[in-house]
Amino acid sequence: MYRYDEFDNQFVRERTRQFRDQADRRLRGDLTEDEFRPLRLMNGLYLQLHAYMLRVAIPYGTLSSRQMRRLALIAERWDKGYGHFTTRQNIQFNWIKLEDTADILDALADVEMHAIQTSGNCIRNVTTDHWAGAAADEIADPRPVGELLRQWSSLHPEFSYLPRKFKIAVTGAPNDRAAVKVHDIGLRLHRNEAGETGWEVIVGGGLGRTPMVGVTVRGFLPQHELIGYLEAIMRVYNLYGRRDNKYKARIKILVHEIGHDKFREEVEAEYASRPHPSTEVEERELKRIAAYFAPPAFESLPRWSPAFEEAKLSHPAFARWAKNNLGPHRVDGYAIVNISLKPEGGIPGDATAEQMRIMADLAERYSFDELRVSHAQNIVLPHVRKGDLFAIWQALEDTGLAAANYGLAGDIIACPGLDYCALATARSIPIAQSIARRFANSAKQDEIGRIKINISGCINACGHHHVGHIGILGLDKKGEEFYQITLGGSSAESASIGTILGPGFAGHEVADAIETILDTYLKHREPGEEFLGTYRRLGAKPFKEALYATA
Amino acid sequence: MSAVEKGQLITANRLRDGIAVFLTTSGNWSESIDEAVLAVEPEAAAALEQRAREDERKTIVTGSYLVDAERRDGRVRAAHIRERMRALGPTVRTDLGKQAEGKGAFFAAPEGE
Ligand code: HEM
Ligand code: SF4
Repeated sequence: MYRYDEFDNQFVRERTRQFRDQADRRLRGDLTEDEFRPLRLMNGLYLQLHAYMLRVAIPYGTLSSRQMRRLALIAERWDKGYGHFTTRQNIQFNWIKLEDTADILDALADVEMHAIQTSGNCIRNVTTDHWAGAAADEIADPRPVGELLRQWSSLHPEFSYLPRKFKIAVTGAPNDRAAVKVHDIGLRLHRNEAGETGWEVIVGGGLGRTPMVGVTVRGFLPQHELIGYLEAIMRVYNLYGRRDNKYKARIKILVHEIGHDKFREEVEAEYASRPHPSTEVEERELKRIAAYFAPPAFESLPRWSPAFEEAKLSHPAFARWAKNNLGPHRVDGYAIVNISLKPEGGIPGDATAEQMRIMADLAERYSFDELRVSHAQNIVLPHVRKGDLFAIWQALEDTGLAAANYGLAGDIIACPGLDYCALATARSIPIAQSIARRFANSAKQDEIGRIKINISGCINACGHHHVGHIGILGLDKKGEEFYQITLGGSSAESASIGTILGPGFAGHEVADAIETILDTYLKHREPGEEFLGTYRRLGAKPFKEALYATA
Repeated sequence: MSAVEKGQLITANRLRDGIAVFLTTSGNWSESIDEAVLAVEPEAAAALEQRAREDERKTIVTGSYLVDAERRDGRVRAAHIRERMRALGPTVRTDLGKQAEGKGAFFAAPEGE
């Protein structure tokens, strides 16, 4: 399984020591806040509404049981007993003290974890498909390439002071679960007719204030050219990216301002102008890295598990969970378990220390010691024998983790919003809760089927509302919270940015509005058509009419 | 109806643990917004700012700023929802933060809709 190498380990220890010293100097008054802020942000420490918040990196969302238990320990010892899993496949602790932070970073370093590259104008931690290495539709595991990029970009002198932060996502499967089209650089693996693989390189996507879908600059780049080519992209960005205005500094703005074609030309010219050094080292490195991501020792099992089928027949609640929360595994007899962190009325993405430990135990016992954090704020057990599913479900039931709503209306993505976040203009979590309550009826959720509802508490769009099939953005209207609804967003292969439907709503009106929208969908959908399909076929009109005509 | 006093209070985060605090009449920082001193005149507000900046230099607090608020029957309510939240804790976890520690403000959490 993925682990840090010796170099990283030493580096992380040194960083922690440095931070301890910096924090001491700050507490003594030798550093001002202006001097200290960039240092603490580099180590994932933010100042929020109620306390400091620590954002811990979970590279590729991949965790061992030991690491998950360590997160539980941190939640208990230094926080208030819980943590928040985020859309960047990280975890945030909400009640951290500055004076404890160095100890926490040490506790993380003990299990090869850290909070580096979770903030600042650097290349942020690379994200991938949370089903990487497990998904049935995968061409190749994207994590070795992600790791190669991480090693290449971490502390790369040329990329430490970029005009703005930079996010890279990689998927090795045709069904894009990593939202690669809305990242600064997205990489998507393809296989051609000759059976060779190559990377589609997508540049200039992003959300936030100016949401954009990225453009493909290369359709099929051989893997050994990847680093050289990305370097050319970074150089063009470093050269032309705007540093005068932070709202215009992301690469998406550059791509947009100079145009796709011009941008592509610049990159190709830059790429051609440099001698292509031998890629031998990278290839050797990639082989070495790939060993860390080697698949576990799967047993050879029949595709069909009688125990699993029988349990479904005798326990309808288990059958429903199995139908909604399992993903197809590439190895016969195995399944991907998606643990929903969205219990009805709960806080999306929050897990208690006890729940973390139980998930860690389950992973250790049933999933080769491995867990994943998904960008939908859920937890994945990637490699589970079908015969073990019933036992897992029972354990999840006992600890309030068996919500059978994965991918459904109750599986809402929401940022912390004004309940925690210093930048927020409105609350997100109570809106998620009110919608989840509205669709608590499982038959109704099943009838509606696959739907992504995303909520952000301000224009920074941490809840990815632009790419929600239904997006909700919380704003401040003269001191009151109000909410704007967008429809038709998607972060999948056919990515799109949602369109604002009309005037916004007060908080207590949002659940009604969402219900009206979904009822309109149910009325108009064709057999088998998901919400997004109906919206794309009919446009906003019927939804607008239903929402605003009666008002 | 009792008298309502309108003015500005000064708030910051305590440096060592980040907890939201409010400057009091005695010049200390309290976790409870009710203990905040309210400046009615602009000169008084400027004096509070001055005082807060000194405490920033002394590394007691960080990031101080003025907030519109009113005092009614000895209880203080900030004008903006964001500041009311800071005086309470998260509305989705009323078991946590000031509201749970007896240091919360008198007004209830904004409704959970
Ligand atoms: C609570 C503390 C947080 C702060 C202060 C914060 C701050 C920000 C800011 C300022 C941006 C906009 C950046 C820009 O315009 O370039 C941003 C973007 C983003 N944040 Fe957060 N955020 C927070 C929490 C979260 C959480 C909890 C998540 C995950 C649920 C998250 C995920 C993201 C993502 C995915 C974006 C990027 C969209 C993009 O740039 O394309 N953030 N955040
Ligand atoms: S979207 Fe806004 S409110 Fe939500 S976490 Fe990001 S910065 Fe905070």
